[in-house]
Amino acid sequence: MNKLNKLFRNKQEDILSVYFTAGFPKLDDTKIIIRELENAGVDMIEIGMPFSDPLADGPTIQRSSEKALENGMSIKLLFEQLSDQSLVSIKASCLLMGYLNPVLQYGLEKFCKDAAWLGISGVIIPDLPLQEYVDEYKTIFEKYDLATIFLITPQTSEARIRFIDEHSNSFIYVVSSSSTTGATSSDEEKIAQEKYFKRIQSMQLKNPLLIGFGISDQQSFANACNYASGAIIGSAFIKELDHSIDLKKSISSFVNRIKNKP
Amino acid sequence: MSYQVNEKGYYGNFGGAFIPEMLYPNVEELREKYLDIMYEKSFQNELKGLLRDYVGRPSPLYYAERLSEHYNTKIYLKREDLNHTGAHKINNTLGQILLAKRLGKTRIIAETGAGQHGVATATVCALMGLTCIVYMGEVDMERQAPNVARMKLLGAKVIPATSGSRTLKDATNEAIRDWINNPVDTYYIIGSVVGPHPYPDMVARFQSVISEEIKKQLKEKTGNENPDYVIACVGGGSNAAGAFYHYLDNKDVKLIAAEAAGKGIESGHSAATSVLGKPGIIHGSKTLLMQTEDGQIIEPYSISAGLDYPGVGPQHAHLFESGRAQFGSITDEEALKAAYLLCKLEGIIPALESAHALAYLEKLNAKKEDVIVINLSGRGDKDLATYIKFNEQAQ
Repeated sequence: MNKLNKLFRNKQEDILSVYFTAGFPKLDDTKIIIRELENAGVDMIEIGMPFSDPLADGPTIQRSSEKALENGMSIKLLFEQLSDQSLVSIKASCLLMGYLNPVLQYGLEKFCKDAAWLGISGVIIPDLPLQEYVDEYKTIFEKYDLATIFLITPQTSEARIRFIDEHSNSFIYVVSSSSTTGATSSDEEKIAQEKYFKRIQSMQLKNPLLIGFGISDQQSFANACNYASGAIIGSAFIKELDHSIDLKKSISSFVNRIKNKP
Repeated sequence: MSYQVNEKGYYGNFGGAFIPEMLYPNVEELREKYLDIMYEKSFQNELKGLLRDYVGRPSPLYYAERLSEHYNTKIYLKREDLNHTGAHKINNTLGQILLAKRLGKTRIIAETGAGQHGVATATVCALMGLTCIVYMGEVDMERQAPNVARMKLLGAKVIPATSGSRTLKDATNEAIRDWINNPVDTYYIIGSVVGPHPYPDMVARFQSVISEEIKKQLKEKTGNENPDYVIACVGGGSNAAGAFYHYLDNKDVKLIAAEAAGKGIESGHSAATSVLGKPGIIHGSKTLLMQTEDGQIIEPYSISAGLDYPGVGPQHAHLFESGRAQFGSITDEEALKAAYLLCKLEGIIPALESAHALAYLEKLNAKKEDVIVINLSGRGDKDLATYIKFNEQAQ
């Protein structure tokens, strides 16, 4: 069984997933960041594969991607950095997140094969269309036991949420509001958001839910956990890394702040 | 072989809708409704009326006698440059804004490179009284300042795209992000035959009025509605898509797409996607794309801001791959020469984009009896600074 599925079997609440862009702030920070997130007790680590044109991302992740590419990051290099298979033995489940074009250029099947070998449990590719996935790619991801995670938004219809649930095999990524990553919401939006979270929660989907986009601190994390198995933090963590002088200290204090540990 | 889009949104191996879930409801609504709406009688009447009275259609098909003599063949110019706002772009913006209104949208967003599509969008928004926001690369805003001023005068808000290379592809990214952030009231008017299905098909249909008119006009002038060649420039490819549309299934009509080679194919400063690109995904569509080995999108170059797009529309990728259209690359220098020639022989200052189509005449080896239609997609007012600069250098 995939490590990711074990996580959701053993833990139904307060799952913390943290995203970072590989190659940011520095090209060789990948393994340090993963190690520190693991030490800090993060349940899930999303490793971002930088892309020149990240459509679904706000300014923070855009800038980190630009910087990572300037630093020389690529899927090939990322996989080399992880080639000691250290991800296999760590407790946290690791996912790869990125856009479809670099994955296709790497070769989809080779990508799946290599990622699985490195100890990756799943992938999030926001611009991989669900229908295309079902028709063309699903069997390949399944062959290598890689979970594929799809997004839902406040605008996603109930029928489509059911369809996504049917084809998901680990968790569903609940986008907290109609926005790109890193946005914050007004009070009015928060009320609408709560209604949306409750609506999804009441649908009794077979897959657990993780809430992402706009989760930036202990309060927003705790609030998201009221409606889902956990939540995903990206932009806020990138900002932390950007300002960091000592990665090790910054990462543990960031994670502790989110978990509200002294 | 079909050259039109299939029910899955593909042209052969190209097309589709590779979009994040956040855009799915909007794009899906459009996909379900666009054909029904645009072929409603009331819609067609309104669109045709505005194309006639507001845009000034049909645009003339002009027999360019002195240019024909120069090349010893028969050359007709389809005068899209005489449209209101100075290019073919308004055929599409007018169509899409009528569609947006019928979908109940109140806020219009658009991307623009050279500013022609931005101006055409700002124009129809003023006409319809809708809010207009245009994303434009910071670099392009500097080099196309007059068009920025025109958009503002027309009431549009122009927002600089400051990410990436700060040009057209980044402006498109920003427009898409805006749509993600404003999914309910906003409609995105894409300016070319690019983007997720159904955009390439929808924009091609709105531009197909060009070849519809060419057929009728050429029949009147020559007795035959089919020319031997149709030549058009291709950046994203909307004017070419419109000029080719009604000739796609008639193999006797040779279709030629003129791409921007920039400073030369091998120079590293080029936008010749058919030569330098390989299949990839940009702005929601699988197409030929200029990219690195790692799949990062490359910033293209052309002297013409309307042709420096790193991809082409998926239909053009299919026309290229299937061999239905022939693709030729024109350098900056060749385009400039062709523009100066048209100025001198015909008294017409073409847009730099259209000059790429004209420049292909040098490579064609046309026979005396051949009938060639060149889509003169826009006028050169916006390019005066460039023309003056290079003219002085030449002298």
